[in-house]
Amino acid sequence: MVSKVSAIADAAPELTLASVTPVISVENLVHRYENRTALNGVSFDVRPAELFGLLGPNGSGKTTLFRILSTLMLPTAGRATIMGCDAAQEPARLRRQIGVVFQAQSVDVKLTAYENLWHQGHLYGLRGSPLKKRIQEILSRVGLADRAKELVETFSGGMQRRIELAKGLLHHPGVLLLDEPTTGLDPGARRDLWQYLQTLRDEEHVSVLVTTHLMEEAERCDRLAIMNEGNLVALGTPAELKSEIGGDVVLLEAAHDAGLLAERIRARFHVETTILDNQVRIEREGAHRFVTEVVEAFPGEIEGISVSKPAVEDVFIRRTGHKFWTEQNDAQTAEEQSRR
Amino acid sequence: MATQTVALSRPLGPASAGVLLPAFTLWWREIVRFYRQKSRVVGVLASPLVFWIVLGSGFGNSFSSAAGPAQQHYMDYFYPGTLILIVLFTSIFAMMSLIEDRKEGFLLSVMVAPVPRSAIVLGKVLGGTTLAAVQGMVFLVFAPFAGVHLGLVQVLLVAVVVFLVSFALTGLGFAIAWPMDSTSAFHGIINLFLIPLWLLSGALFPLSGASVWIRALMYMNPLTYGVEALRDLLYPGIETQFPLPSAMATLLLFSLVMFGLAFLMANRRSTRPAA
Repeated sequence: MVSKVSAIADAAPELTLASVTPVISVENLVHRYENRTALNGVSFDVRPAELFGLLGPNGSGKTTLFRILSTLMLPTAGRATIMGCDAAQEPARLRRQIGVVFQAQSVDVKLTAYENLWHQGHLYGLRGSPLKKRIQEILSRVGLADRAKELVETFSGGMQRRIELAKGLLHHPGVLLLDEPTTGLDPGARRDLWQYLQTLRDEEHVSVLVTTHLMEEAERCDRLAIMNEGNLVALGTPAELKSEIGGDVVLLEAAHDAGLLAERIRARFHVETTILDNQVRIEREGAHRFVTEVVEAFPGEIEGISVSKPAVEDVFIRRTGHKFWTEQNDAQTAEEQSRR
Repeated sequence: MATQTVALSRPLGPASAGVLLPAFTLWWREIVRFYRQKSRVVGVLASPLVFWIVLGSGFGNSFSSAAGPAQQHYMDYFYPGTLILIVLFTSIFAMMSLIEDRKEGFLLSVMVAPVPRSAIVLGKVLGGTTLAAVQGMVFLVFAPFAGVHLGLVQVLLVAVVVFLVSFALTGLGFAIAWPMDSTSAFHGIINLFLIPLWLLSGALFPLSGASVWIRALMYMNPLTYGVEALRDLLYPGIETQFPLPSAMATLLLFSLVMFGLAFLMANRRSTRPAA
């Protein structure tokens, strides 16, 4: 009896998750800029109180998707809804449901922390003493209660981010959208922010959608959508995604020609290989034994070896056949940063 | 179950923020920001003041003619035009803040808030209008030096004219600034369009003595009616081109058209990036 009860209890969360209406629903979303397709038919759901990550290199379409979800832009085709409100049809209703934290700063640095939140409250119809109370509450929540009367331009980058977050959360939204929220933050501030997002999910049951291009951030999400060149290439929990990789990941640095080495390894060991620059990548169970065999089989051909547990990046490589950071999107990043 | 009740939880606050509260808050922000930047406050007053003194004294009585303001010193003739210039400068700088808001990201957070676009236009335009009108009215302190002595009713009427001109120019500035993402492009518009608008408003030279084609342009220029209305009020004894009521009616129409234009610009939603 006892075991049966626990089995049902275990199954129960699965059942509710499946039957619960999604908080965010993206259906076959397409977006074309003048000469470029940014989104090429993307679909996924975000469940209640879920920390959902949108991972992709720059130019993969995450920011386009973010703009459409936050009602700043109309999609070319397809549908996006948040809490049942269509982003294209009912922007006003949808806007009430969401809190938005942009990648670029949106706080007015010429105003104090308190003034920023006071204006923000008014935009959401909050006023008077309830607003005042809420501002104090949210400021102490992000640890800035004692800096309320200071101009935001005197704040550090991490503190300005926390004010951004306070702005997004002031009106108690059920859904929080964040676009690369940790850009420009030091590792400590980055960790704090993620901890806070997890607290929000756990204690206030806010559904969080966050875009990122950082693997270690993606690992912290409940579920992940991985994007590449406007397509959704993977969807699932980080553990599920990584489990599709058989065993460990072996990277061999070729002394001469990586293509040739890969060909010879394939012929000899009957494994699948991927070539990344001068490296040959192999997914393999029992990698330690395999590595010894390879080195013995091709003396002098291999300059370096690494063996690791599969990470989210490996899922990306497996699905797209190329590295997460390519020269092309690196150049884009540099360009974007210089523009700022 | 917990997750389900949560998904239904409603955000804090009423269903809609309405128009007035967001408009008020954007208006107030505009004013606070302006007066925190002391150099801006001084700048918009000082340069027209220098213009007025140098040009006014420089021309002196040089261009007296039968058709023109024969009985006036140029300093007096130039006074209403200087006031309008102050209003123009303040309006322009106020609307430049719209481009800064876009660049600094503040505008984005307003645009994702449940705020009607009309509230954004109203708040920003009224903010710029207030600043421009206040700066313009401050310049009235110098009126005695231009040989002007005003009664209370006149001051109030001047205030109405200054308000209308401010509102119209700020509305125009909003419509121009809305699609722009850099202030340098806006500077181009100022030199190419807004300054000529002022030059051809009767601020520097009277309609009556101008060449026919210039006069035609001046008739089409809404600012002309602002300058003329002020001239009517400040120098009641001197003959002007338009009677006060018709000049004010023209200004009112101009203001409404400019506000409508600003609203149309802000109300577009498109498949292009909003910011």
